[in-house]
Amino acid sequence: MVVEEREITVGGDARPARFTSYDVEDFPVPTGREEEWRFTPLKRLKGLLKGADADGKVQIDVDGLGDGVTVTSIERDHPLVGSVLSPVERISAIAFAGFTSGTLISVAKRAVVEQPVTVTLRGEGGTAYGHLVLDVGDEASATIVLDHSGSATYAQNVEIRVGANASLTLVTVQDWARDTVHVGYHAALVGRDARFRSFTVTLGGDLVRLAPTVRYAGSGGDAELHGLVFADAGQHLEHRTLIDHETPKCRSRVAYKVALQGEGAHTVWIGDVVVRKAAEGIDTYELNRNLVLSEGARADSVPNLELETGEVEGAGHASTTGRFDDQQLFYLQSRGIPAVEARRMVVRAFFAEVIAKVPVEHLRDRLTGQIEAELEGSGV
Amino acid sequence: MSTLEIRDLHVAVEDKQILNGVDLSVSSGEIHAIMGPNGSGKSTLAYAIAGHPKYTITRGSVTLDGADVLDMTVDERARAGLFLAMQYPVEVPGVSVSNFLRTAVTAVRGEAPKIRTWGKDVKNVMTKLQMDPTFAERSVNEGFSGGEKKRHEIVQLDLLRPKIAILDETDSGLDVDALRTVSEGVVRVHAESNLGVLLITHYTRILRYIKPQFVHVMSAGRIVEEGGEELAAQLEDEGYARFGGGPVLTPAEPRPSVDGVLPGASGGGN
Ligand SMILES: Nc1ncnc2c1ncn2[C@@H]1O[C@H](COP(=O)(O)OP(=O)(O)O)[C@@H](O)[C@H]1O
Ligand SMILES: [Mg+2]
Repeated sequence: MVVEEREITVGGDARPARFTSYDVEDFPVPTGREEEWRFTPLKRLKGLLKGADADGKVQIDVDGLGDGVTVTSIERDHPLVGSVLSPVERISAIAFAGFTSGTLISVAKRAVVEQPVTVTLRGEGGTAYGHLVLDVGDEASATIVLDHSGSATYAQNVEIRVGANASLTLVTVQDWARDTVHVGYHAALVGRDARFRSFTVTLGGDLVRLAPTVRYAGSGGDAELHGLVFADAGQHLEHRTLIDHETPKCRSRVAYKVALQGEGAHTVWIGDVVVRKAAEGIDTYELNRNLVLSEGARADSVPNLELETGEVEGAGHASTTGRFDDQQLFYLQSRGIPAVEARRMVVRAFFAEVIAKVPVEHLRDRLTGQIEAELEGSGV
Repeated sequence: MSTLEIRDLHVAVEDKQILNGVDLSVSSGEIHAIMGPNGSGKSTLAYAIAGHPKYTITRGSVTLDGADVLDMTVDERARAGLFLAMQYPVEVPGVSVSNFLRTAVTAVRGEAPKIRTWGKDVKNVMTKLQMDPTFAERSVNEGFSGGEKKRHEIVQLDLLRPKIAILDETDSGLDVDALRTVSEGVVRVHAESNLGVLLITHYTRILRYIKPQFVHVMSAGRIVEEGGEELAAQLEDEGYARFGGGPVLTPAEPRPSVDGVLPGASGGGN
């Protein structure tokens, strides 16, 4: 269990905008010593860094289309492609260059879509590159679920536009087969007075490395990034969130809950928040809690808050990594509850708060069931 | 009729010897008080009997109706009929009181309580202990005041109906009203189920409500004096000075304003 505490830095030079390029060759192949790559087991990326041929497929199906929601197949020259996301890393550039057909899901202006739109992305083996655009019009409101499963070596860019005064809840579930490699860049642009709530649920795969980022297009935007991660023996599950506050009076919350069990289970959470000079009156808080359930598992946690202005409503972070709380277990057991059951109660409780916030009932039930299954399989 | 038998109990914490040979026997229907200065080892005795992993038994035995308690896991001890009301009840965020109570009762009784009557039973017990039934939906002990935590302990005592209960400073941190409510609860469960009680306390004030037949004084990890109710009165006058401690009633612990003994509190059910 490792927590690196970087100082909260106030003032100083503005962090330069991240280098972006659509040219793969602008990004050298990482050696593993780079800040961005030092936690990732590069050898297990299965050729994604080298731009392996797209010899596989991730089958995409969309379900729950109601009034005001459309799905379109798009090419690289579509005006929305690249409107939110420009590659900041080699694999993102490779995915950008490598996808053949992208998927655009549009929610019309002012449409209020009650039923969740579910996008299933099913890996059918081999290497694949994906591009998704989620475009929620001004004053619209919708819930979109990206449900990943199956076997794949998958590099993916997802661009998310939340229009002014709009509201989007995005749930991404990484329920991959054990051998899958998934590297995903999920970039959101949150409009003026808009609300973006996301739930990133990562349970499956051999190596999952997701980079959810948020920028704001105006003031009054509100972004919540919730994470639920459960790593088993041998899995590497890495989440690198970045909130870039460039506009005034916005709010951001990041809360990742991570449980690990088994030899070689490794999770990484990097929580970057940058508050630029112009972003006065913002309010940000990020939190990572790791619960280590057995020996041999490792959680890395690096919260990093850079303030270029002190004129903020609030700015803070917290990171904890702990084993089972012996006092809690003793208390439950002292009431006759067997140790195994007591441990399960504690793990369920650990995730209960985040699951309760997921606004889709069948997803809540499924996630609860999956946590049970993870516990079942572990002998915890 | 059950008996908890503690013989020559020696207990260490992190290589530090705390209990140096405790002998004590508690049977159904009996009320014993253990008094003693802070740090004398009262909580250590309670935790050791309950099986807290931090406490190592270095010598001696504990049996319940002849069964070796020290050989049981923590949960087995509870299912065998032991209960510890803790001095500092633990917060378990995310586990609701109702789920916790139901799971505990199911484990101890060996079967799930009847759905039809369970909700009503819990509500009754909580009401008797002046705990608002809305507490059922809150996380176990999280954000509870000191008094609410202690009331919740006695709610559990009432629902689990153990053979022998150890109450570790259940009176500490309670105002007069809460002390009365909690004591009433203990006295009622004692009378209804012939509970054996081992009441650990630093102060005598709870003994006005829960009348012990036996008083034991603990000092430096041993029981150094034993007697009846009159020993508690004597301690109240003299303090623990001759046992290496301070006064029994401190100014910080106000005397109950109503000098009442609860109906049914004396002798208690035998
Ligand atoms: N977990 C522990 N770690 C180290 N020392 C402890 C621990 N628990 C108790 N002790 C020590 O054991 C002695 C008895 O403590 P305790 O049983 O809590 O006394 P009491 O309940 O009578 O106040 C004290 O000196 C205390 O410091
Ligand atoms: Mg104590």
